[in-house]
Amino acid sequence: MSFNLLDNVFGLSSKALELWQNRSEVLASNIANADTPNYQARDIDFRQALQQASGDSSDLQLSTPTEGQISPSTQSADQLKYRVPLQPSMDGNTVDTQVEQASFASNMVHYQSSLSFINSTIQTLRLAINGGGQS
Amino acid sequence: MSLMKIFDTAGSGMAAESLRLNTVASNLANADSLSSSADSAYKAKELLFAPTQESDGLSDSQDGEVNNGVRMVGVSESQQPVETHYEPGNPMADENGYVYGSNVNPIDELVNMISASRSYQNNVEVMNTTKQLMIKTIDLGS
Repeated sequence: MSFNLLDNVFGLSSKALELWQNRSEVLASNIANADTPNYQARDIDFRQALQQASGDSSDLQLSTPTEGQISPSTQSADQLKYRVPLQPSMDGNTVDTQVEQASFASNMVHYQSSLSFINSTIQTLRLAINGGGQS
Repeated sequence: MSLMKIFDTAGSGMAAESLRLNTVASNLANADSLSSSADSAYKAKELLFAPTQESDGLSDSQDGEVNNGVRMVGVSESQQPVETHYEPGNPMADENGYVYGSNVNPIDELVNMISASRSYQNNVEVMNTTKQLMIKTIDLGS
């Protein structure tokens, strides 16, 4: 079974899972750097990233006909944005631990829900393969 | 599995916070130490942290160039003036009868300690959550 087929089976869930995973890395980095002077907290624009991953972004892509031209997709693939701090701190750090913790928690719940969508698809497939008999 | 990278990130955060805690312990232990000259008096140590990797703005977020933890870049000594006492009877006193204490501010150190332990706990929570989700991902389809 090719991976392309698996992607068709699981639909957007597998892409969403990957994006939640990437976002959790970014948030973990923010939490780890909560006391680093001048550290700028970052986050992923999830809606935009998922739209791009699923290929139905409404943005028109620039074409790169000449060899060696910088592809705009490599730049727009960098979905990391900087967070705007609610209260500026003296050491230039823009991590708000409470915000990061809340984002991390909700991110992990989203990850879990994508995971259970994939899981139920697998179970449905298994049911179809076994013809509803003993699994 | 790129969730593994979170262990490195949170681990570096935990290491940094425990170093901070260690420094606080050293400063508090030496808060009352005496010396016979201002130069050799104990100065409060402070740690300097920096993110392990800077983003170059062009890198793809997928390949992990941007993602990073924290590392210690050095130790600096507090520039606050040291405490000076006139104690001619003290065996540590210099020829003018002065002894020199440390410039450790216990309140600063205690605040630092609480902040470090809270940040450490945050990193532990991140690790725990990630571990549970990894186990769930491995169990996928069962």
